[in-house]
Amino acid sequence: MNFSLARTSLIAEADLVGIAGERAVCDRRGVLYFPDLRLLAVSDLHLEKGSSLARRGALIPPYDTGATLLRLQAVIADYQPSIVISLGDSFHDGGGAERMHASFRERLEALISGRDWFWVAGNHDPEAPADLPGETVRELAIGSLLFRHEPTKERVEGEIAGHLHPCARIVQRGRSVRRRCFAGDGGRMIMPAFGAYTGSLNVLDRAYAGLFRLDTLMAYMLGAERIFAISRSMLRPG
Amino acid sequence: MTEQPRLAEQNATVALPEPFIRWFGEKGWSPRAHQIELLARAQAGQSVLLIAPTGAGKTLAGFMPSLTELANWPRRKPGQAHRGIHTLYISPLKALAVDIERNLGKPVEEIGLPVTIETRTGDTPSHKRQRQKLVPPDILLTTPEQLALLIAAPDARRFFEDLRYVVLDELHSLVTSKRGHLLALGLARLRSYVPGLQTIGLSATVAEPDELRRWLVGQNPSGAMAGLITVAGGARPDISILDSEQHVPWSGHSARYAIPEIYEAIKRHRTTLLFVNTRSQAELLFQELWRANEDSLPIALHHGSLDVGQRRRVEKAMGENALRAIVATSTLDLGIDWGDVDLVVHVGAPKGASRLAQRIGRANHRMDEPSKAILIPANRFEVLECRAALDANYLGAQDTPPLITGALDVLSQHVLGVACGAPFDADHLFEEVRSAAPYAGLARETFDRVVDFVATGGYALKNYERYARIRKTVGGLWRVSHPRVAQQYRLNVGTIVEMPELNVRYVRQGRGMAGRGGPVLGKIEEYFAETLRPGDNFLFAGKVLRFEGIRENECVVSNGAGANIIVPSYAGGKFPLSTYLADQVRGMLADSNRWQALPEQVADWLRLQKEKSVLPKRGDLLVETFPRGNRHYMVAYPFEGRLAHQTLGMLLTRRLERANARPLGFVATDYSLAVWALDDMAALFKAKKPSLAALFDEDMLGDDLEAWLNDSWMLKRTFRTCAVIAGLIEKRFPGQEKSGRQVTVSADLIYDVLRSHEPDHILLQATRTDASAGLLDVSRLAEMLSRVRGRIMHKHLEQISPLAVPIMLEIGKELVNGGANESLLMEAADLVEEAMGQR
Repeated sequence: MNFSLARTSLIAEADLVGIAGERAVCDRRGVLYFPDLRLLAVSDLHLEKGSSLARRGALIPPYDTGATLLRLQAVIADYQPSIVISLGDSFHDGGGAERMHASFRERLEALISGRDWFWVAGNHDPEAPADLPGETVRELAIGSLLFRHEPTKERVEGEIAGHLHPCARIVQRGRSVRRRCFAGDGGRMIMPAFGAYTGSLNVLDRAYAGLFRLDTLMAYMLGAERIFAISRSMLRPG
Repeated sequence: MTEQPRLAEQNATVALPEPFIRWFGEKGWSPRAHQIELLARAQAGQSVLLIAPTGAGKTLAGFMPSLTELANWPRRKPGQAHRGIHTLYISPLKALAVDIERNLGKPVEEIGLPVTIETRTGDTPSHKRQRQKLVPPDILLTTPEQLALLIAAPDARRFFEDLRYVVLDELHSLVTSKRGHLLALGLARLRSYVPGLQTIGLSATVAEPDELRRWLVGQNPSGAMAGLITVAGGARPDISILDSEQHVPWSGHSARYAIPEIYEAIKRHRTTLLFVNTRSQAELLFQELWRANEDSLPIALHHGSLDVGQRRRVEKAMGENALRAIVATSTLDLGIDWGDVDLVVHVGAPKGASRLAQRIGRANHRMDEPSKAILIPANRFEVLECRAALDANYLGAQDTPPLITGALDVLSQHVLGVACGAPFDADHLFEEVRSAAPYAGLARETFDRVVDFVATGGYALKNYERYARIRKTVGGLWRVSHPRVAQQYRLNVGTIVEMPELNVRYVRQGRGMAGRGGPVLGKIEEYFAETLRPGDNFLFAGKVLRFEGIRENECVVSNGAGANIIVPSYAGGKFPLSTYLADQVRGMLADSNRWQALPEQVADWLRLQKEKSVLPKRGDLLVETFPRGNRHYMVAYPFEGRLAHQTLGMLLTRRLERANARPLGFVATDYSLAVWALDDMAALFKAKKPSLAALFDEDMLGDDLEAWLNDSWMLKRTFRTCAVIAGLIEKRFPGQEKSGRQVTVSADLIYDVLRSHEPDHILLQATRTDASAGLLDVSRLAEMLSRVRGRIMHKHLEQISPLAVPIMLEIGKELVNGGANESLLMEAADLVEEAMGQR
């Protein structure tokens, strides 16, 4: 694949969102890409969530890790980033990396190889994933950006976080539409969860209180073909 | 086919114990022929199906074999072990079990029988349940779910070892759903404990009694049937269609035009029962009646979303004859004994002849007096439907739905339940399951896949062996792997999966979301509450309510007012037009001699249609095309019900898209279907690109259906139900929602992942089967397409026809599902851009 072609065809100037002076693409598949840094951020993969629940008796299909990796493979192939940051809760629990099927491990290793890969520690996976390449960090500062799993309550310009699994809801013509979303106010950005079995929490929920400047808060809702930028005044709770 | 019951005197062999004869004598009654007949057959060792109208003494008949036998049983001596259950009575409703306890208790006491009768339902306190296990009553009155729970208990075999009879009430209603499947499997289990077990089914009249007769007995040998006793219907009901002075509307379901006439009818009668088809209609009708209620007559409302306490109060007031009218939905359909109802008003078309007969049977619970009923059609097509139903009811026609093959999600639940009770041998269980009529055709391979699913999820990727719920042990028996599995099973038993609902909590006006502690008015579906915005007014529990907001699992409301009142729509409760009635309506359209029986304004409408367009022959399909505004319309009249029409609409628009007709949308009713497009469809048909016959070809049920189905929201909804019943995901209980959406895995996500990785998984198979039969009505569509082959009549018109007016009025009321969500997001995003001045 030809990199430069792949990158230019994917990014239109109008789609770029400003975060603390850096320009980023909110990709409709739920990843954040900084073209100037060739950096791709993805959050809350929750790999091996299926097997984690199966241990407690809910035998839900064991295909979530495969499905999540397949989608991750696709965005990495498109953007060809040199830095990848997995923003915490990469595995659903501490034993996830060990339980992972050998074939999935190989695919993940292939993705990591040749890039700077960072595992940010999350509440589900505070320790480094067992036997996987990549560097485990508590947080990571790059330029004016600060990557960490849980957003902090005080204002931090340039903070990119995950953890909350934001989604947004609108009602149009008496019909309700709910989608995962990026939530940002120009200073801080909270990323949607990427994992196949991850649920979501409305961006108007109490859990987000104090995180955003409300007058500039936007929800970038994930669509089938594109992102839909919706201002706070149009959002509904629930 | 009907076996006439012989007279009691001829059954001299029947042993009616002396106390019974004395009791009948004291009452001045004599046992009815069918009661004696049933007793005789039961004593001869037969299982029996009793079909009788309401008021025929069905219940007493059903218990006669048990009571007479128990009367002769020796009393238990002190120190002797307690006997197990003698008779199990199963009804679809908790309320019915409670009702029977009362009604049966009286004769038992008067005859002086040493018989104990108890109920066991979800409401029974746990100390009573435990006591019942130690000291079982002679007769236990319960529901299908409770039977499943009893079977899953380790002491099940001992508990049921003395069982003689199972009495199944309202069997016609039990057997048509997944609850019926669960019950059939439960019965099979009971038969394996007690090979000589006899069943007694009590049913209203059904189209195919033989299906029920097979259902009642073990299908080994296959085709075995219970005996049949049929009691002929009572006095012919006096049914009329309201011949209104007012203009009957073209479309709509409110029947608002008839309110003054309905109110007058209520005033002229003692107690009127008003039936409607949906809960929304019930709310509307109730509101309109109170607006007209100048005399402040006691008029009440009863439907399944209301708070239980409120429903019980209405039922009690009704039993005491304190009400003049009750507006009700199907919650009142079943055979609970009500007060002195002397008029049934059916608002809206009945959708099925049998349903109409059963509802009318509510009036005047004495079978030898005629019931009186008035049908109120809400629009013109409903006038035709009411007329057809009325003719059918006089003819005694039956159109109860056919039974469907046993569902695999229910079987999964049962297999786990059996394992919770005792370790099972797969070969034996397979034979046992196949002895239940709905599963008589089950293949061994399918059964094994179900067992595999119960054990480890049944996935091609064998990842979960170490987490198995049941395991095959050395002796070849399948055992539960952990006590926790049984606990989880008990919490999730049952086949009724509700849509996520919120409690409607009332607070004082002006308190907003801060208000606390008001009464709960009932439950409302979450997806409806989500479309409301604070300050919106909506109709619920007969009140206008102001929406304040959603707090955890509650929808907070206060007193509302205003003109723009929204009526909640509910997902369930819309019955499609029965095949039988549809055919009758087509017949009526085709035969102008029958129009004399119709109100003049409706007959005029049909005459006008004949003049301006054409009326199809009974077996034909009429398709009209006409331009209107800058669009082209196609209206078809299959009369196959809304579900089948929706499916047809989806498939036709896909095909028209491929033919570049640029279709924009469609709308479906019970009677017809309209598609509109930018291009002239009549010109396409003429040029045979495609021809009309090719457009309606049956091959649309192949790839097009498959492709559309996979992305359909209906399939996701069906999958959720199947996954809950099969035990893959847990039921949602009130209060659990607090844990938040990010913790649980939603059924939609599981569906997406499973579909792309293992499309042939047994649960997806079960989902597709369910959706085809239920929400999509594919079989009915298939029958229709094959029926009309070569019989499609195309009429091109310059303008809209009289028959097309009703459906044209529906356009714009409903958004077409599908890709529509994306366009709604687009609209919202565009609005934002506009407001921010970026365009």
